[in-house]
Amino acid sequence: MKNPLDTLWGTVISGLILTFVLFYIVKFAMQ
Amino acid sequence: MEFIQLGIGRWLHVIAGVMWIGLLYYFNFVQVPALAAAAKDGTGAGITKHVAPRALFWFRWGALATWVMGAMLLGKAFFDAFLFLKPAYYPIGVGAWLGTIMFFNVWVLIWPNQKKILGMVQASDEEKGRARRIAFLASRTNTLLSFPLLFFMTASGGLFRTAVWS
Repeated sequence: MKNPLDTLWGTVISGLILTFVLFYIVKFAMQ
Repeated sequence: MEFIQLGIGRWLHVIAGVMWIGLLYYFNFVQVPALAAAAKDGTGAGITKHVAPRALFWFRWGALATWVMGAMLLGKAFFDAFLFLKPAYYPIGVGAWLGTIMFFNVWVLIWPNQKKILGMVQASDEEKGRARRIAFLASRTNTLLSFPLLFFMTASGGLFRTAVWS
Protein backbone atom coordinates (compact mmCIF):
# COMPACT_ATOMS: atom_id res chain seq x y z
CA MET A 1 0.00 0.00 0.00
CA LYS A 2 1.20 3.49 -0.87
CA ASN A 3 2.12 5.78 2.04
CA PRO A 4 -0.71 8.36 2.33
CA LEU A 5 1.87 10.97 3.41
CA ASP A 6 3.38 10.87 -0.10
CA THR A 7 0.41 12.81 -1.47
CA LEU A 8 -1.14 16.03 -0.18
CA TRP A 9 -4.67 14.66 -0.37
CA GLY A 10 -3.66 11.47 1.46
CA THR A 11 -2.17 13.65 4.20
CA VAL A 12 -5.26 15.91 4.46
CA ILE A 13 -7.74 13.01 4.49
CA SER A 14 -5.65 11.12 7.09
CA GLY A 15 -5.63 14.27 9.25
CA LEU A 16 -9.42 14.62 9.01
CA ILE A 17 -9.92 10.94 9.90
CA LEU A 18 -7.60 11.27 12.92
CA THR A 19 -9.53 14.39 14.01
CA PHE A 20 -12.83 12.48 14.02
CA VAL A 21 -11.33 9.47 15.81
CA LEU A 22 -9.75 11.63 18.55
CA PHE A 23 -12.93 13.71 18.89
CA TYR A 24 -15.06 10.63 19.61
CA ILE A 25 -12.45 9.18 22.00
CA VAL A 26 -12.34 12.45 24.00
CA LYS A 27 -16.12 12.87 23.88
CA PHE A 28 -16.59 9.30 25.17
CA ALA A 29 -13.93 9.79 27.91
CA MET A 30 -15.61 13.00 29.12
CA GLN A 31 -19.09 11.45 29.50
CA MET B 1 -0.41 38.55 36.19
CA GLU B 2 -3.57 37.00 34.72
CA PHE B 3 -3.53 39.68 32.01
CA ILE B 4 0.01 38.70 31.00
CA GLN B 5 -0.63 34.94 31.18
CA LEU B 6 -4.09 34.72 29.63
CA GLY B 7 -4.28 37.97 27.63
CA ILE B 8 -0.82 38.64 26.22
CA GLY B 9 0.11 34.95 26.39
CA ARG B 10 -2.87 33.78 24.31
CA TRP B 11 -2.30 36.60 21.81
CA LEU B 12 1.38 35.71 21.34
CA HIS B 13 0.49 31.98 21.26
CA VAL B 14 -1.84 32.62 18.30
CA ILE B 15 0.60 34.95 16.48
CA ALA B 16 3.47 32.44 16.82
CA GLY B 17 1.11 29.57 15.94
CA VAL B 18 0.00 31.29 12.72
CA MET B 19 3.66 31.87 11.84
CA TRP B 20 4.50 28.20 12.52
CA ILE B 21 1.53 26.45 10.93
CA GLY B 22 1.34 29.02 8.12
CA LEU B 23 4.91 28.21 7.10
CA LEU B 24 4.24 24.47 7.55
CA TYR B 25 1.39 24.79 5.03
CA TYR B 26 3.64 26.91 2.79
CA PHE B 27 6.26 24.11 2.77
CA ASN B 28 3.74 21.35 2.09
CA PHE B 29 1.23 23.05 -0.18
CA VAL B 30 3.58 25.41 -2.07
CA GLN B 31 7.35 24.80 -1.74
CA VAL B 32 7.52 21.00 -2.13
CA PRO B 33 5.36 20.98 -5.32
CA ALA B 34 7.21 24.09 -6.59
CA LEU B 35 10.62 22.43 -6.12
CA ALA B 36 9.37 19.27 -7.86
CA ALA B 37 8.31 21.41 -10.85
CA ALA B 38 11.53 23.46 -10.71
CA ALA B 39 13.65 20.28 -10.75
CA LYS B 40 12.41 19.62 -14.29
CA ASP B 41 13.76 22.90 -15.68
CA GLY B 42 16.56 23.54 -13.16
CA THR B 43 15.12 26.75 -11.68
CA GLY B 44 14.87 25.73 -8.02
CA ALA B 45 18.21 27.16 -6.84
CA GLY B 46 16.71 30.51 -5.83
CA ILE B 47 14.12 28.84 -3.63
CA THR B 48 16.63 26.63 -1.81
CA LYS B 49 19.21 29.43 -1.48
CA HIS B 50 17.10 32.47 -0.59
CA VAL B 51 13.59 31.36 0.45
CA ALA B 52 13.92 28.05 2.30
CA PRO B 53 16.53 29.17 4.93
CA ARG B 54 14.46 32.27 5.82
CA ALA B 55 11.22 30.28 5.95
CA LEU B 56 12.90 27.64 8.15
CA PHE B 57 14.19 30.32 10.54
CA TRP B 58 10.71 31.74 11.26
CA PHE B 59 9.23 28.23 11.16
CA ARG B 60 11.40 26.72 13.90
CA TRP B 61 11.43 29.78 16.18
CA GLY B 62 7.69 30.18 15.65
CA ALA B 63 7.29 26.58 16.80
CA LEU B 64 9.35 27.25 19.94
CA ALA B 65 7.44 30.45 20.79
CA THR B 66 4.10 28.70 20.22
CA TRP B 67 5.00 25.86 22.59
CA VAL B 68 6.42 28.15 25.30
CA MET B 69 3.39 30.47 25.17
CA GLY B 70 1.09 27.43 25.22
CA ALA B 71 2.83 26.09 28.33
CA MET B 72 2.53 29.52 29.95
CA LEU B 73 -1.18 29.62 29.09
CA LEU B 74 -1.75 26.25 30.76
CA GLY B 75 0.12 27.52 33.83
CA LYS B 76 -0.99 25.59 36.92
CA ALA B 77 -3.12 23.31 34.71
CA PHE B 78 -0.02 22.11 32.79
CA PHE B 79 0.07 18.67 34.43
CA ASP B 80 -3.75 18.37 34.55
CA ALA B 81 -3.69 18.74 30.76
CA PHE B 82 -0.60 16.67 29.89
CA LEU B 83 -1.37 13.83 32.32
CA PHE B 84 -5.14 13.88 31.65
CA LEU B 85 -5.86 14.28 35.38
CA LYS B 86 -9.21 16.13 34.98
CA PRO B 87 -11.85 15.50 32.27
CA ALA B 88 -12.27 19.24 31.64
CA TYR B 89 -8.66 19.30 30.44
CA TYR B 90 -8.90 16.26 28.13
CA PRO B 91 -9.47 18.32 24.93
CA ILE B 92 -6.64 20.79 25.55
CA GLY B 93 -4.49 17.87 26.79
CA VAL B 94 -4.87 16.15 23.41
CA GLY B 95 -4.08 19.46 21.67
CA ALA B 96 -1.05 20.01 23.89
CA TRP B 97 0.30 16.52 23.16
CA LEU B 98 -0.20 16.94 19.40
CA GLY B 99 1.58 20.32 19.57
CA THR B 100 4.43 18.81 21.56
CA ILE B 101 4.89 15.94 19.08
CA MET B 102 4.92 18.49 16.23
CA PHE B 103 7.39 20.71 18.11
CA PHE B 104 9.66 17.66 18.57
CA ASN B 105 9.39 16.88 14.85
CA VAL B 106 10.46 20.43 13.95
CA TRP B 107 13.56 20.60 16.13
CA VAL B 108 14.69 16.94 16.15
CA LEU B 109 13.70 15.66 12.69
CA ILE B 110 13.02 18.52 10.27
CA TRP B 111 15.63 21.18 11.14
CA PRO B 112 18.74 18.95 11.53
CA ASN B 113 17.91 17.14 8.27
CA GLN B 114 17.12 20.39 6.43
CA LYS B 115 20.59 21.66 7.39
CA LYS B 116 22.07 18.67 5.52
CA ILE B 117 19.75 19.15 2.50
CA LEU B 118 20.51 22.89 2.20
CA GLY B 119 24.27 22.37 2.63
CA MET B 120 24.54 24.15 6.00
CA VAL B 121 26.35 21.08 7.35
CA GLN B 122 28.55 18.56 5.52
CA ALA B 123 26.69 15.50 4.19
CA SER B 124 27.29 12.91 1.45
CA ASP B 125 24.76 12.47 -1.36
CA GLU B 126 23.50 9.31 0.34
CA GLU B 127 23.06 11.15 3.66
CA LYS B 128 21.26 13.99 1.85
CA GLY B 129 18.88 11.52 0.22
CA ARG B 130 18.04 9.97 3.58
CA ALA B 131 17.72 13.42 5.20
CA ARG B 132 15.34 14.51 2.44
CA ARG B 133 13.01 11.56 3.08
CA ILE B 134 13.04 11.96 6.90
CA ALA B 135 12.40 15.73 6.73
CA PHE B 136 9.65 15.21 4.15
CA LEU B 137 7.83 12.57 6.19
CA ALA B 138 8.17 14.57 9.44
CA SER B 139 6.81 17.66 7.68
CA ARG B 140 3.89 15.68 6.20
CA THR B 141 3.23 14.11 9.62
CA ASN B 142 3.02 17.60 11.12
CA THR B 143 0.59 18.67 8.38
CA LEU B 144 -1.55 15.61 9.19
CA LEU B 145 -1.42 16.33 12.94
CA SER B 146 -2.18 20.05 12.44
CA PHE B 147 -5.81 19.23 11.62
CA PRO B 148 -6.68 17.56 14.95
CA LEU B 149 -4.33 20.03 16.71
CA LEU B 150 -6.27 23.06 15.46
CA PHE B 151 -9.58 21.30 16.14
CA PHE B 152 -8.70 20.64 19.78
CA MET B 153 -7.14 24.09 20.28
CA THR B 154 -10.33 25.79 19.09
CA ALA B 155 -12.84 23.23 20.39
CA SER B 156 -11.42 23.19 23.93
CA GLY B 157 -12.72 26.74 24.42
CA GLY B 158 -15.75 26.28 22.17
CA LEU B 159 -17.48 23.00 21.38
CA PHE B 160 -16.22 21.08 24.40
CA ARG B 161 -16.97 23.94 26.81
CA THR B 162 -20.60 24.29 25.74
CA ALA B 163 -21.36 20.66 24.87
CA VAL B 164 -23.81 18.73 27.03
CA TRP B 165 -21.38 15.90 27.75
CA SER B 166 -18.72 18.11 29.33
